Amino acid sequence: MFFIQSLLSGILTGGVYALAGIGMSLVFGVMNISNFAHGDLMMLGMYLAYFAFTLLHIDPYLSLLLIIPTAFLFGFIIEKVFIHRIIHHPHQNQILLTIGLGLIMSNTALLAFTSDPKILTTSYSSSAVNIGGISLSVPLLLSFAITAGITGILFLFLSKTTTGLALWATSQNREAAQLMGINVAKMSAIAFGLGTALAATAGALIAPVYYIHPLAGHTFLLKAFTICVLGGLGSVVGAGVGGIIIGIVESMSSTYLSSDWKDVVVFIIFLMVLLLRPQGLLGKKGEQ
Amino acid sequence: MLNIKNLNAGYGEMPVLKDINITIAQGEIVSVVGSNGAGKSTLLKAISGLIKSKGTITYNNESLHTLAAHTIVHRGIIHVPEGRKIFPEMSVTENLIMGGYLHPKDRKKNMEHVFALFPKLADRRSQLGGTMSGGEQQMLAIGRGLMGNPKLLLLDEPSLGLSPLFTEVVFGAIQSINKSGVTVLLVEQNVYQSLSISNKGYVIEIGSIVLTGTGEDLLNNQDVKKAFLGM
Repeated sequence: MFFIQSLLSGILTGGVYALAGIGMSLVFGVMNISNFAHGDLMMLGMYLAYFAFTLLHIDPYLSLLLIIPTAFLFGFIIEKVFIHRIIHHPHQNQILLTIGLGLIMSNTALLAFTSDPKILTTSYSSSAVNIGGISLSVPLLLSFAITAGITGILFLFLSKTTTGLALWATSQNREAAQLMGINVAKMSAIAFGLGTALAATAGALIAPVYYIHPLAGHTFLLKAFTICVLGGLGSVVGAGVGGIIIGIVESMSSTYLSSDWKDVVVFIIFLMVLLLRPQGLLGKKGEQ
Repeated sequence: MLNIKNLNAGYGEMPVLKDINITIAQGEIVSVVGSNGAGKSTLLKAISGLIKSKGTITYNNESLHTLAAHTIVHRGIIHVPEGRKIFPEMSVTENLIMGGYLHPKDRKKNMEHVFALFPKLADRRSQLGGTMSGGEQQMLAIGRGLMGNPKLLLLDEPSLGLSPLFTEVVFGAIQSINKSGVTVLLVEQNVYQSLSISNKGYVIEIGSIVLTGTGEDLLNNQDVKKAFLGM
């Protein structure tokens, strides 16, 4: 029973991780950039959900309807102003820029919102449903359902619409995409906008069950990066699978070892993947 | 149709092309032949805007120099790159859809045209590009180019790595594409076959044009025979 309980909780949490990982992987796939501001973008999503709830009295899950377009626009502008300048530069320059942007975001948040953690408590924050002795948290169930919905829509967009296919083509071969008449600079901005929207969504989804803090993004950045490497950098499906795996591993280690050990186990797996299958679970050989 | 004057191009600090002059008239097949590393691919990349170049490239009286690569595609100049560069995770159909990215209204009509030209692709429409053989990928790459309503088709080494049988198919297709009104600039190491189907040819060596003439003249030229045809 413990096992099933732990497995299901892991899958539910993993769903939200998957969303964050998919956003990071999409940006890496299309732009070949590791976005180290990804965690801070998640943190902004947490605060957006918090203020939508406290100031506008909008339910955190409903507030996604506002957060997703806002975050998309924010990411699109960040790409147009900053990121596009370093797209053909070495990785270390890209990492410095995105880390810098992340620091500006987290420190601005520290100034504006102080370092006191905020807690978003809804009427159902601590409620759970009980099925045959297994209890599942209502906010986690809701966020998992929303994650599944958003992931499904994203897949339909990438595989069925012309713009989605163009994004996917750009991620497979940027030069060939240009020769099709695809404006790859625009595709990069769209990818970064989508990545930002997915990060902010993951942040908003986790806000009701997590403490909201200006530096909360750092924990999630490490998770999102681990998920991307685990699934294969640039593979959207891989990131989805990687997210669920990390969720399960964390939950299992908390149950059977101790919650202090969960990050250790995650990183042992991360190192094992780098050692034994450096292209990731669903990545292709030769990709870095 | 296309006028190239004093074209210089290269990668970073390394110059590859030196003062290239080429003219292509509407309806022609023009080939540029030369050995590996002579600068053939660089020439096509300069025309399609993938690399920066100096000199003038005018297409129907418009300078291409200031245009981005994706805008040049809008003009009907379609570049089928060396090594095919098809999208490996996409099916044949999806690759063709991407080829027709700028012309969604003509998609159905153009796809039928491509399948008529290469019936083998029609049988494999849901196969992933990355799992096809070199010859099939080349057919797909040319088909993908045709989806873009080309007026001028730039073909980079379409016979590279193909069996003699596939080479025949590809060269036959190039001739029939040309007959339908598309001007073709063909860059090849397969000197005999490309000059045989060309109205005009250029021989390029270490970044410079060293010989020019009709396809037939060049095939009968002693230097060409010695250097490329082993006669």
